[in-house]
Amino acid sequence: METSDDFKLSCPIPISNYPAVLMAHGGGGRLMQQLIGKMFAAAFSNPLLDQQHDGAVFDVGGAKRLAFTTDSYVVRPLFFPGGNIGKLAVCGTVNDLAMCGARPRYLSCGFILEEGLPMETLWRIVQSMKREADAAGVQIVTGDTKVVDKGKGDGIFINTAGVGVLEHDRVIAPKSVRPGDAILINGDVGRHGIAIMAVREGLEFETAIESDCAVLSGLAMDVLAAGAEVHCMRDLTRGGLASGLNEIAESAGVGIVFDEVAVPVREDVHGACEILGFDPFYVANEGRFITFVAPADAGRALAVMRAHPLGAGAQIIGSVTAESPGLVTMKSRIGATRIVDMLSGEQLPRIC
Amino acid sequence: MKFLDEYRDAKGAQRYARLIRRMTTRPWTIMEVCGGQTHAIVKFGVDELLPKEITLVHGPGCPVCVTPVELINKAIAIASRPEVIFCSFGDMLRVPGTEKDLLSVKAGGGDVRIVYSPLDALKLARENSARQVVFFAVGFETTAPANAMAVYQAHRQGVANFSVLVSHVLVPPAMEAVLSSPNNRVQGFLAAGHVCTVMGYTEYEPIAAKHRCPIVVTGFEPLDILQGIAMCVRQLEQGRAEVENQYARSVRRDGNQPAQKIIREVFTVVPRKWRGIGEIPQSGLGLRGDYAAFDAEQRFGVADQHVEEPAECISGLVLQGVKKPRECPAFGARCTPEHPLGATMVSNEGACAAYYRYRRQK
Repeated sequence: METSDDFKLSCPIPISNYPAVLMAHGGGGRLMQQLIGKMFAAAFSNPLLDQQHDGAVFDVGGAKRLAFTTDSYVVRPLFFPGGNIGKLAVCGTVNDLAMCGARPRYLSCGFILEEGLPMETLWRIVQSMKREADAAGVQIVTGDTKVVDKGKGDGIFINTAGVGVLEHDRVIAPKSVRPGDAILINGDVGRHGIAIMAVREGLEFETAIESDCAVLSGLAMDVLAAGAEVHCMRDLTRGGLASGLNEIAESAGVGIVFDEVAVPVREDVHGACEILGFDPFYVANEGRFITFVAPADAGRALAVMRAHPLGAGAQIIGSVTAESPGLVTMKSRIGATRIVDMLSGEQLPRIC
Repeated sequence: MKFLDEYRDAKGAQRYARLIRRMTTRPWTIMEVCGGQTHAIVKFGVDELLPKEITLVHGPGCPVCVTPVELINKAIAIASRPEVIFCSFGDMLRVPGTEKDLLSVKAGGGDVRIVYSPLDALKLARENSARQVVFFAVGFETTAPANAMAVYQAHRQGVANFSVLVSHVLVPPAMEAVLSSPNNRVQGFLAAGHVCTVMGYTEYEPIAAKHRCPIVVTGFEPLDILQGIAMCVRQLEQGRAEVENQYARSVRRDGNQPAQKIIREVFTVVPRKWRGIGEIPQSGLGLRGDYAAFDAEQRFGVADQHVEEPAECISGLVLQGVKKPRECPAFGARCTPEHPLGATMVSNEGACAAYYRYRRQK
């Protein structure tokens, strides 16, 4: 049985810093990274987990390796322009498998439902999950349902876990990243976060900004099938492009340099960010990923991306360097350079 | 983006940089007052384009930074009360008080909400008549008109469950304090464009004359800042000390009269303590006359207190332009945005935080 001594003796996050969990511990920034690093990764450490990838890739004795991942979805509002919590729950987990270089095959699905959730709402979510699963070529093969008291949940929480198959013998992971690699992105950044923010906070812009939420496995498989020497892929969810680049720079022990002007940001997203005091490079996406490719293959990978509807806006945004391991720097619009750090918590709208 | 990209253009920036290099014959130290300008300078790397003779020092114009820790403690005490809905602009939530920040109050069950306008807080008060709704009225002359309007409307509409925790500060007395300091090294100012949009710039004319210090009202985009620096350097090189307006697309000499009128209606000028600097006479706004009934400090009886700043922290010197963030031995080591020792590491717009985020390893 656990006693309070277990906590006192070895809690790796000093009480003096944060005695309780803050929202920022889930914000995709430095605090979340510390929580995962000091608490979860330290407690559960093993060779697969320690690779710090979107999922674990392992061998179970057959000819092909498997990829395994999980993610929970707690978005509010449940429906937003361009998607809903069900669509996210399928896309997010499928995308994590794709980022391991795997073809997604099977999902599990755990529902935590709050007493009072309208059946009509649940049905719309379930239908949306079915549609996305079909589009991604995955089957939802096992699941779980729990109901909690009214007030103890936010309508519905969904957890999905996924299994995929690697149809090649390459290692698509941060540790494969090499100095000189080109970094590609498949389109404009910041749309999902701003779409959610606009609905949640009742902000009205001239045009409705739609989430970029999409299944990325088709595009990722195309890039791999084209034979380009892909070293790593990472989807840019919470914390956005800046956090994704920082995570890879740290895990791979390399420096990253990118060009501000090369990263596509839609005008309406840019405008909303200016109003709120946000940096679009830190805003969440649900249909964007970066790909690290050997320099000789960058042009080919870019052409393959641009031929796919979800990669039409693809760009080469920067490259990997051997200098300043762990550091991401950006060439600014006016020609100066600066660090692009990971945020400590969530972005907060500022005063003036 | 229209009206923005043209002020972030690389060719234009290089053109101004060349102009400044041509004009500069000796070293000059220029202070940009506003935290928004500090942020833009460091974010876009504006200072990297300047000749080595020009030193930019960063001023006390970040409202989050200069809000004294005593007031944060009062905010935390009020926000922790069960009957209170505590409303604030987002970036105040992370500022540490003596023991915790407002985000921790929220994590502990306090009803702390981010609003985008004080009028949203007033609306909350009307909709929640059984609760006390408190708005954290922080900022310079820029946020004062809207905050004044919320109090004015609450008074007119008799919204008795609304109050404001006021921490308003004024720019000209802070500039005066910087120039009067025996350690002063500032020779020219970029004044804050948005503050002047509200207040105009007549207040700055006696300061420029008295201290023989050019003041250029300046905007916030890289090209605005470069043009403001160019105008300031030209004055310095020619031995002039005038108030000039770079940000003419927004600022008029007399400012925004209706906005000033509502400020005068609701607020009166009071002495205020600035975090990292200390008390500056006639440097803040407090509620006046009948409007004092909406003062949250009085309503909740949060007691006066005095908190010592960590001795190691040099934020007062940074805010006055005497030291640069990297001259502090604690910078980036014992003092980081996650665990700030003082004011200027707290806010995104604080000089230390901007240096930490954008260039700590150079």
